[in-house]
Amino acid sequence: MTNTALDTFPKLIRRNAKERPTVAAYREKEYGIWQTYSWKDVYDNSKSFGLGLVELGVGRGDAVAIIGSNRPQLYWVFAAAQSVGALPVPLYQDGVADEIQYVLEHAEAKVVVVEDQEQVDKVLSIMDRVPTIKYIVYKETRGMRHYKQPFVKSYDEVQGLGQAYDAKHPEFFDAEADKAKSDDIATLLYTSGTTGRPKGVMLSFKNMVEAGRLSVEFENLTEKDKVLSYLPMAWVGDHLFSYSQAITAGFSVNCPENAETVLTDLREIGPTYYFAPPAIFETMLTQMMIRIEDASSIKQKMFHYFIEVAKRCGVELMEGKPVSLADRLLYKLGDILVYGPLKNTLGFSQIRVAYTAGAPMGPEVFKFYRSLGVNLKQLYGQTESCAYVCIQNDKDVRPDTVGPPAPGCEVMIEEASGEVLYKSPGAFVGYYKNDEATKETKNESGWVHTGDAGIMTDDGQLKIIDRAKDVGKLNDGTLFAPQYIENKLKFFPFISEAVCHGDGRDTVTAFINIDLEAVGNWAERRGISYASYQDLADRDEVYGQIKECVEKVNQDLAIDSELAGAQISRFLILPKALDADDGELTRTRKVRRKIIAERYEPLISALFSDASTAAIQSEMTFEDGRKGTLSATVKVSDSSTFPAMRAAS
Amino acid sequence: MTDQEIKPGDVLLEVEDISLSFGAVRAISDVSFNIKKGEVRAIIGPNGAGKTSMLNCINGFYHPQQGAITYKGQRRSQMKPHEAAAQGIGRTFQNVALFRGMTTLDNIMTGRNLKMKSSLFSSMIWWGPAQKEELEHRRYVEDIIDFLEIEAIRKTPVGRLPYGLQKRVELGRALAAEPELLLLDEPMAGMNLEEKEDMCRFILDVNDEFGTTICLIEHDMGVVMDISDRVMVLDYGGKIGDGLPAEVRADQKVVDAYLGGGH
Repeated sequence: MTNTALDTFPKLIRRNAKERPTVAAYREKEYGIWQTYSWKDVYDNSKSFGLGLVELGVGRGDAVAIIGSNRPQLYWVFAAAQSVGALPVPLYQDGVADEIQYVLEHAEAKVVVVEDQEQVDKVLSIMDRVPTIKYIVYKETRGMRHYKQPFVKSYDEVQGLGQAYDAKHPEFFDAEADKAKSDDIATLLYTSGTTGRPKGVMLSFKNMVEAGRLSVEFENLTEKDKVLSYLPMAWVGDHLFSYSQAITAGFSVNCPENAETVLTDLREIGPTYYFAPPAIFETMLTQMMIRIEDASSIKQKMFHYFIEVAKRCGVELMEGKPVSLADRLLYKLGDILVYGPLKNTLGFSQIRVAYTAGAPMGPEVFKFYRSLGVNLKQLYGQTESCAYVCIQNDKDVRPDTVGPPAPGCEVMIEEASGEVLYKSPGAFVGYYKNDEATKETKNESGWVHTGDAGIMTDDGQLKIIDRAKDVGKLNDGTLFAPQYIENKLKFFPFISEAVCHGDGRDTVTAFINIDLEAVGNWAERRGISYASYQDLADRDEVYGQIKECVEKVNQDLAIDSELAGAQISRFLILPKALDADDGELTRTRKVRRKIIAERYEPLISALFSDASTAAIQSEMTFEDGRKGTLSATVKVSDSSTFPAMRAAS
Repeated sequence: MTDQEIKPGDVLLEVEDISLSFGAVRAISDVSFNIKKGEVRAIIGPNGAGKTSMLNCINGFYHPQQGAITYKGQRRSQMKPHEAAAQGIGRTFQNVALFRGMTTLDNIMTGRNLKMKSSLFSSMIWWGPAQKEELEHRRYVEDIIDFLEIEAIRKTPVGRLPYGLQKRVELGRALAAEPELLLLDEPMAGMNLEEKEDMCRFILDVNDEFGTTICLIEHDMGVVMDISDRVMVLDYGGKIGDGLPAEVRADQKVVDAYLGGGH
């Protein structure tokens, strides 16, 4: 049976290759030069690799795992596998061997395609425990000369096999690609696992293609747009932007040279469409502030003056609201002197649409970018919905909501629990080999539970408060939404991470992680010497700075009648940075509260007692996988709270 | 120049009984040793043992009063450093010797200098063959940048880089000349542990990937024993040990020289 509708990615790629064979599809920076691959190249390469997979014995329904940083060749593996009916499964490339083993085992991967020697070694180290793996294919040949195992093959070798196969069976590939139906599973994305083991989310072609198509129409994306692809390929956001939308709209995906050059590459590409989790926008802002502090005093004054102007009228100007003539002129001048150069340095000069998603963003950060004229919007979705549930409209962007339901989506708040439920074209098929979890999450009428607590505003915008299971109450009944407070803390450049405690307690307390770069820079300029993160975190001067930040947050909370009781009464600075390698954060950098609560139990007790110090021993993992123990005495500091104020109404 | 084929494992450089004096100071006395193609050869010894003088003799910077050096089957008495470079001997220095105001890329490009053939004039107008030639060289340099993982600092003036990275750029510049024999003078001096580990990896990779023979001087015994195939020990200008790392480590004379006993 031949199905000619454009309902799968291989078919869409074939269309792109026919209709615009020479238009740039993927670019990567290699040897300092941007190498361009057209849609025809994408088709040809995915064809030869796909047929190569067939030659390696990959059949319909077999899983092909992909581990590596964003490379065009690895994106082609998705198309290659999907063309021959196999199931691509991307993995987080910085995952330690254990995490990778779990996913490879669970997905029953038959072939693992990796980027370089490092990943080959990682897979080799667990291969005897995952018997389904038959081949490892590597893209980068460097350092691979001494690997003589017959089951380790290079990307080119596999493509060579595919080309030979194509010469003998020229009709095979297209016929095989046409067999796919829109309800077939397109890809298996593993959740980052905030709670327990990662789950494999099965997304069909229909899910991904529809989510891609609808969001492309919503933002009017065309083949002229360009994105920078630098977020983990295993993350649904990147999959939507760099694969699904790119193929449906036909725009170009640009892969940076390596993780360290992202900012330079961003500037060179000047994307029109950009996507980053809040953490990245926050880091950029922090770095910007550090660099401004190092600038000459004239520049500093100019910067601060015009940033104030932007705060006053930038957002209103972008949204087309009335602004006084004087402010308009000042903003124009600011654009020439400050905002323009600043955006250019950040690589944001050509941005039409920028998204943030994955976690709530501090309203101050959000407003900052918008006031500069960057059309930053929030997006709401999960892996289970192809990252497509709510998108903000250009003309009505509020920092505290994630916008109305996107075209084709419905959102509902469950009465009893306050949990957000949705129905959408991107709603997943089910969890792989886990019917129980599927039933828990997706009910019979198709509503999907998000696990987020939210409210619908009167004019139909969704406001997310926190993870439903994290929202608690203090003993006096005050609402305790930890993430809400943490985000306020994280707005300060000195604070990189925060974890608040308070559910079932009398008061709220916090763990703080300082930002080594920002605080280190501050300390250096004041002649405070330090040897390590731990050393710096323990300084009284640093405690003083953090205390100021905490108290500013308290002041802020005091204005909000519902949350005024949840001010932070005591805090401490953790002696180590919370790390995904230690299981304290997920790979997408969300805090794992339960693990942190268990590991730092003595510190939490100290926070809720009168003690001024607490001792802690904790295990930490070094980058090469070795483990060490950290033992430290940590100071606990009090912070002032403020009486609740009614906002003027 | 006779260009006879030297296979891996054959002697690439033979040093016979060389002695070097500065006035009354004898820096090297009657030292013989050889370097085989494809190996990582280490020279160790306490301060002032004559290690750097030995490298300087090999690349023609010093001229020993006695003895001879045979490189690729060719015996030579007096050779200038640029001749040594042209014959495929590259080196890095104990103190970083880069052009501080120039970028990483430009510094490594200077290492290609000997390979460039265009005339000054055609280079100036950057036309025809000169343009083509520069592109080829740039390609080779980019290969090295990729290899040493310094893409992020390609356009950064080296004066602004931390020491460990400067050393890496210097290694890059030496590699740009496509040396057959690479002399490294304390490549890891002044580095922290992480930088040392990186450097070790690069040295081994250079040896493996480009097949470059490496002769290095190093103080850090742990490093030397880990990465070299053979080790020679100098003390007071004389050779006191030579062999596999394990043999050298067990040698009583070497232990004495290092621990300060026996003097």
